[in-house]
Amino acid sequence: MSERTPFRWHIAVFLAPAVVIYTLVMIIPLFATLDLSLYSATETGTKFVGLENFRTLFGDAHWAEQFWNAFWNNVWFFLINMAVQNPVGIALAALLSLPRLRFAALYRSAIFVPTILSFVIVGFVWKLILSPIWGIAPSMLAAIGLRHLFEPWLGQETTALTTVALISVWQFIGIPMMLIYAALLSIPEEVIEAAEVDGITGMAQFWKIKLPLILPSIGIISILTFVGNFNAFDLIYVAQGALAGPDFSTDILGTFMYRTFFGFQLQLGDPNMGATIASVMFFIILIGVCLYLFGIQRRLRRYQF
Amino acid sequence: MKSYAIAAILLGTALAGNAALAETTITIESWRNDDLPIWQKEIIPAFEKDHPDIKVVFAPSAPTEYNAALNSKLDAGTAGDLITCRPYDASLALYKKGQLADLSDMAEMKNFPEVAKSAWQTDDGAHTFCMPMASVIHGFIYNKDAFDELGITPPKTVDEFYADLDKIKADGSYIPLDMGTHDQWEAATMGYQNIGPTYWKGEEGRKALIAGTQKLTDPDWVEPLKQLAKWSNYLGDGYQAQTYPDSQNLFTLGRAAIYPAGSWEIPGFEAQADFKMGAFAPPVQKVGDTCYISDQPDHAMGLNAASKNKDAAMTFLQWLGGQDFAQIYANSLPGFFALNSAPVDLKDPLAQEFLSWRKDCKSTIRSTYQILSRGTPNLENATWAASANVMNGTQTPEEAAADLQKDLASWYKPQQN
Repeated sequence: MSERTPFRWHIAVFLAPAVVIYTLVMIIPLFATLDLSLYSATETGTKFVGLENFRTLFGDAHWAEQFWNAFWNNVWFFLINMAVQNPVGIALAALLSLPRLRFAALYRSAIFVPTILSFVIVGFVWKLILSPIWGIAPSMLAAIGLRHLFEPWLGQETTALTTVALISVWQFIGIPMMLIYAALLSIPEEVIEAAEVDGITGMAQFWKIKLPLILPSIGIISILTFVGNFNAFDLIYVAQGALAGPDFSTDILGTFMYRTFFGFQLQLGDPNMGATIASVMFFIILIGVCLYLFGIQRRLRRYQF
Repeated sequence: MKSYAIAAILLGTALAGNAALAETTITIESWRNDDLPIWQKEIIPAFEKDHPDIKVVFAPSAPTEYNAALNSKLDAGTAGDLITCRPYDASLALYKKGQLADLSDMAEMKNFPEVAKSAWQTDDGAHTFCMPMASVIHGFIYNKDAFDELGITPPKTVDEFYADLDKIKADGSYIPLDMGTHDQWEAATMGYQNIGPTYWKGEEGRKALIAGTQKLTDPDWVEPLKQLAKWSNYLGDGYQAQTYPDSQNLFTLGRAAIYPAGSWEIPGFEAQADFKMGAFAPPVQKVGDTCYISDQPDHAMGLNAASKNKDAAMTFLQWLGGQDFAQIYANSLPGFFALNSAPVDLKDPLAQEFLSWRKDCKSTIRSTYQILSRGTPNLENATWAASANVMNGTQTPEEAAADLQKDLASWYKPQQN
């Protein structure tokens, strides 16, 4: 009889730290949150109520109105990010990868810096820039004779959400830019040369050769944007406060969850309803990621160089 | 076994007796960390002078963390002997859980008017569980230099108020009315709750609303919203994005004429502004009408029911309910007024002006604070949104009032018929 392969302990040992930490800080809290959403506080203590909280969230007129308002605002927030941040990020990356561009490193850093800034700084700086009282936006517009175009964008229901979304775009544009830039750099010279030999240059080269090759990266960026946006909270909280004004027009799922969980002013916190909203957020992200993984990711063609 | 227990009890008694003879230390929980120097330099020394056997420690935490921290300390049995009480439901919940002692029988309670105590009573008013300490009063602070320059005087009636605003607007060198709607609570607290009592007749309207005999859609409750809608003609450019600190800075930099205020602004404004300031009470509708002011109880002090130093803590509470404390407190923190009925000799002129309204006007509290904000949707938060919407012109006063009434009636029984 041959010797039995000894159990490879080192694998377990090497995996252990990551597994333990990930379980402690991610998996247990996730299940604790899901669990919390199945209970409800009563006069005598908490009791198990099954899916009652979810029924309240979707069935009660007031809760449902708040939830769908936050949900559609969140969708709009995501769409603005997708429609502005990613195309512009790709364009910037394409420009940066031009071989004859001067000061490329400077542009790259300058555009990437906002990404590493704290939300608090970003929110505060933009509030100041756009402030009708102290801001430089009105005076800059005045300098080119367009003062009449200035409006208190953060204070109007019609413009506040889009303004905050664009601030978020400004902050995170560096991420798609860097990822696409790296993808563009990794396209082998031979492919480009072959294209040139075939007479494909300039814009046509970008559309026909480079873009198909960076599609997987664009897919990853889209899913990161989706997860990031449906988890967003900080920027809105800093710029517009926990009430996400004016009149909840910038309320997204994150701020709605925060207000419900921790309470606000005279509204007492309700951890169970808060956990319910957090669970729904988790499921929305889960469904979105699954759709992407099974619907899109599998169909993407990958090229081996 | 038994003898050990007895020994332990004897030892315990001996220690306790000893401590009472020598010195008892009592600890105060509070969220007023801004006031720490005043407690250490003024209030505690004044108390310890009369009571050398009691040592007081003021141990505040950050305002935003206070409620959560206090609740867990009380549950764990590690909270201080004296608890600074938030007004209304937060403290009521603690009393109901048996964590705050009943103080209804303390003789000092007679020193306070009913309105002052209402913030720390059970709904039926039968039990009071915190000794009222301080309140804030709403009104308007104005730039006296600007008023002199434009030759206008503080208004008494609503018509005079708008006449003044028109003059300031026509002159153009000052923002007539300094308020923004971005943070929403300014519109509700310094707008709606400031002028509202004039229309709903203070306590009369507030109590009727709680009883369900008046509705938020009644003319008396819609009128303040209509006034706010009118105010928006006199606000600064881009007021929709003007935040609370923006408003404060605009005023102290001398760029605005009238600031709808709470008295808590006094210490800050006096430190910042280099012009003369005055104050006027919410204007009345017609000459001779009773004036009403929002005189909001803001903090009080209660006794931790699990305290081991109850006697010493009660001694402190008795002192807190007396005239000496009122005097010291009001003068070291102008703008936070002692709730004591006995007149206080205030040195700050602006604070004096605010306080003088108590003589001629009827006091009330913010309409949304008692009982009416217990359910979901929360009436206080809804009022913030409604007031800001009306000022932004995105809702008419009637629509806003109808929404508020609908929200309230959705969970508050007395308003459902």
